[in-house]
Amino acid sequence: MTMAPTKYLHIDRISKTFTNGSKVTEVLQDIRLTIDKGEFVSIIGHSGCGKSTLLNLIAGLTDVTTGALKLEGREVNAPGPERAVVFQNHSLLPWLTVYDNVKLAVSKVFSGTKTRAERHDWIMQNLDLVQMIHAADKRPGEISGGMRQRVGIARALSMEPKVLLLDEPFGALDALTRAHLQDAVMDIHARLGNTMIMITHDVDEAVLLADRIVMMTNGPAATIGEVLEVAIPRPRDRIALASHPDYVRAREAVLRFLYERHRFVEAAE
Amino acid sequence: MSVVVLKKTPAPAKHPPAQVVPLPVAAKSGQWAQKSLAWIVSSVLPPLVVLFVLLAIWQIAFSGPDAGLPTPTKVWAESSELILDPFFVYGSQDIGLGWRVLTSLERVAYGFGLAAVAGVLMGAVIGQSALMMRGFDPIFQVLRTVPPLAWLPISLAAFMDSRPSAIFVIFITAIWPIIINTAAGVRAIPQDYRNVAAVLRLNQIEFFWKIMVPSAAPYIFSGLRIGVGLSWLAIVAAEMLTGGVGIGFFIWDAWNSSRLTDIIVALIYIGVTGFVLDRLVGWIGSVVSRGTAS
Repeated sequence: MTMAPTKYLHIDRISKTFTNGSKVTEVLQDIRLTIDKGEFVSIIGHSGCGKSTLLNLIAGLTDVTTGALKLEGREVNAPGPERAVVFQNHSLLPWLTVYDNVKLAVSKVFSGTKTRAERHDWIMQNLDLVQMIHAADKRPGEISGGMRQRVGIARALSMEPKVLLLDEPFGALDALTRAHLQDAVMDIHARLGNTMIMITHDVDEAVLLADRIVMMTNGPAATIGEVLEVAIPRPRDRIALASHPDYVRAREAVLRFLYERHRFVEAAE
Repeated sequence: MSVVVLKKTPAPAKHPPAQVVPLPVAAKSGQWAQKSLAWIVSSVLPPLVVLFVLLAIWQIAFSGPDAGLPTPTKVWAESSELILDPFFVYGSQDIGLGWRVLTSLERVAYGFGLAAVAGVLMGAVIGQSALMMRGFDPIFQVLRTVPPLAWLPISLAAFMDSRPSAIFVIFITAIWPIIINTAAGVRAIPQDYRNVAAVLRLNQIEFFWKIMVPSAAPYIFSGLRIGVGLSWLAIVAAEMLTGGVGIGFFIWDAWNSSRLTDIIVALIYIGVTGFVLDRLVGWIGSVVSRGTAS
């Protein structure tokens, strides 16, 4: 992105502790991160390192314990459509059709600003963006896992979020479907220039999609271990990248971080 | 039986794989007839056979000269008019059983309708909060076990009139399973749906209609189904004591004038009506909550 870097999303010394009775667990500590407008950031770490918690904090679904979160200079402490989330397990409402699932979001967010016809066009436009118009009248139970996740992305995009949060959105999908959806996300990012934050545990996914990769240390009390810039020009093509020296180097750096310096120890607590 | 024949006919496994034989279109209507015949054989015939056997045993068991209860043939001989013409009116107290069932159903409609609305709303509020649940649940579990008729004296004392008392008894009988099931359904709403609602900033009313009701519908309707069954149990008992023109009072009246065969016919009416009510609520539930489970 050629835009002048601004402090768009500012995560300032955030920590999160969960209290269960007398047992206090510090999940995250001293997270500092500034994300520019239009930037694509991947957050990677071993499972249990609190990366989903970090995303929930940004989404406002969980309250921060200490520190502050600012979006365009304004403090964030509750969930809202300007920080739309694509959930890990799609979270579509099974009793609504694909169209109605997106409509739920659109009619809530744009009830005062768009007419009925404009809202319909906007719903269709977002379904078109993820190539799901053909299934508009189907229920989530009638479409494949990859399609559901596409609809989840369309629903999130339809809120016109300032920041799109993706919580391991492709974790449950097979490799081929995942590759298709990664391409779709890259395409959307190129077209709309959204600010995106994606949680992942897939090294290739992180390198392929991100401008910056945020690597988390192991929990408890996880924090940001390293941040890696991925200076590969866009548009990126997964086949050409496979042997691209920058790609190989970035991939190696993330792998080294995850498997040498911060090896995951099972049941470390 | 024809079911077995149906399974054996389409067995073209030994044909070469490339040969596709289009089925004649005319075969469809024949298949349909065959299917409905199979359905009748498998679903309608067995209960009819059992019914016939039970009636036969009943006939034989009470054929003796000093038998206490009438036999099926005697019931038919003395009370067939009640079965054949449910909607006669010979006077204000002498009306067909169809009218009596409708009168009782009207009371059930009021009592159960109120219980459904109040029960779902209370269940929704209580299910939303773990603290409320902990506070209210034990009390509901105790009240739930109070038999319908035990409420009647209190109800009569409070309303001073038999009609609202009967309705209140139905209300208070039906409401507990509705509250308890709705609350359980609300507690079972997946966190994912709550997160979606939070991101969209749905308000309480939007959350109730768009997330809570559809998501908890299977629970709500199983509560309503139990509730409607209890209502029907309660109204028959309550009418025996409060009087009026309902089906319950008819039984009490028939007992006082020793018309045992009429009582047996009334029992059949009550059973069939209860069955229809149960299936009706079950059917509405399955239509409303279609797609919720997937």
